[in-house]
Amino acid sequence: MPRLDGKVVLLSGGASGIGAATARLVVGEGGKAVLADRDEAKGRALAEALGAAAHFVPLDVVQEPSWQAAVAATTEKFGALHGLLNAAGVGVRNTIEDCTLEEYRRINDINSLGTFLGCKSAIGAMKEAGGGSIVNISSVLGLRGAAHAMAYSASKGAVRTLTKNVALHCAQMKYNIRCNSVHPGYIDTPMIAPRLEQNAGNMTGRQSLEELHPLGRLGRAEEVAHMILFLLSNESTFSTGSEFVCDGGLTA
Amino acid sequence: MVLADMSSELSGRVAIVTGGASGIGAASAALLAAAGATVIVADLQEAGGPESGAGRFVAHDVASEDSWKALLADVLGREGRLDIMVNNAGISGGPGNIETTTVENWQQVQAIDSEGVFLGSKYAIEGMKKTGPGKPAIKGSIVNVSSIAGLIGGAGPTAYTAAKGAVRLMSKSVALYCAEQKYDIRCNSVHPGGVDTAIFNPLWQAMGHEQGKAFIGARHPIGRMSEPSELGEIILFLASDRSSFMTGAEIAADGGITAGLMRRSLLAPS
Repeated sequence: MPRLDGKVVLLSGGASGIGAATARLVVGEGGKAVLADRDEAKGRALAEALGAAAHFVPLDVVQEPSWQAAVAATTEKFGALHGLLNAAGVGVRNTIEDCTLEEYRRINDINSLGTFLGCKSAIGAMKEAGGGSIVNISSVLGLRGAAHAMAYSASKGAVRTLTKNVALHCAQMKYNIRCNSVHPGYIDTPMIAPRLEQNAGNMTGRQSLEELHPLGRLGRAEEVAHMILFLLSNESTFSTGSEFVCDGGLTA
Repeated sequence: MVLADMSSELSGRVAIVTGGASGIGAASAALLAAAGATVIVADLQEAGGPESGAGRFVAHDVASEDSWKALLADVLGREGRLDIMVNNAGISGGPGNIETTTVENWQQVQAIDSEGVFLGSKYAIEGMKKTGPGKPAIKGSIVNVSSIAGLIGGAGPTAYTAAKGAVRLMSKSVALYCAEQKYDIRCNSVHPGGVDTAIFNPLWQAMGHEQGKAFIGARHPIGRMSEPSELGEIILFLASDRSSFMTGAEIAADGGITAGLMRRSLLAPS
């Protein structure tokens, strides 16, 4: 039997990177994937390519009505909601000295408020489905600080503890809804493309990021997607409130 | 290293304590002053309590960048330097969970508990760097008051838990940045468990103070809540040179809660 047989999964940031790689796996494992993204052209194209088991909805993660509409569109299209992946996010470099309040708020709104609203909006539909699994993409920078990614690291720290709060609430309420965080290292996705262009000393941008990982390379979106697939599936039914690290050994 | 006696250990140093008029802030301000520091008590309101005489009061709103600029200008103008910043001000935001928390509540809590510490750290560094030539060099210390809610998920409301998680990681990034820049400014986070302060006022009103303290205290392995002064001692330690090799660290002061298993969430009724 396919690993996600009949499960309906809503994916924020589903048009590219980790979200898109996960959408492919969801469909490949017998699930339905609703790709939710601000990038309509890219999202619709991928949904079409994935066929009848995929659907696109526009989503602005910082707007609660946009999330409510995405959840409603999901249950209307596929009849239920069993899984949520909060993969939408922005990666920005800044330090405590050069980050403005506006920039701090913008990054935290997309990464942290956006994840909060995803969880909040999905729980109702998951309760109706008899349970579900929420996967929030944090980062290795939700586990470790970084001098040059201050606001990003703070926002991912918020996602890390938010995830545990959601997990414990759902457990206490006996909703049969699990919630876990995934902490990728540097993954070769559009988010880090600008970094790959910036040479660091006599290293290329890519080399400077590769050498952070004991495995000596960047991660692939598919590698993170496989961890997410496990968390969305019934293979992980005793895991909730936990931190799943996928970082080529970086935090070791 | 032989340390100076307690009453002069921090003499010549200037400290700002946000939320300094009550609770952990007032206790910290009193201990910093007792150790010889010049203390600026920054708070929304002047407290009338006996603890509030620790230093010069400045009306201040941590969520307002203009208020931070005014505070720094005031302190650098009058005291001429800044050595210690205790980012303590915070709110719980009320009892919201993931289903009941509104966007408005979320944003209010982030503005004070997360953005307030961001601004406090940013302006602390600016103030510490502006300590002029001819004066003793700063040995800066930023102490950010997070919570056990920044470490575990069942110790606070949803928006508060996220904000305190942000403070935990922000503190590490600030520490690493200051180390990289060779600023001689350290930054650490403190994670209190249940402390007998006004943040629990709704519970005190519902259960009575003594009963409420016993109720929350029973959720700590040590069997009681902490007094604000117990947190003040840790903040004093992190503010002083006694902790000179500590930066980017997270210090739990929680009666053992995060050491082991918590059977019930801290706030939910049993």
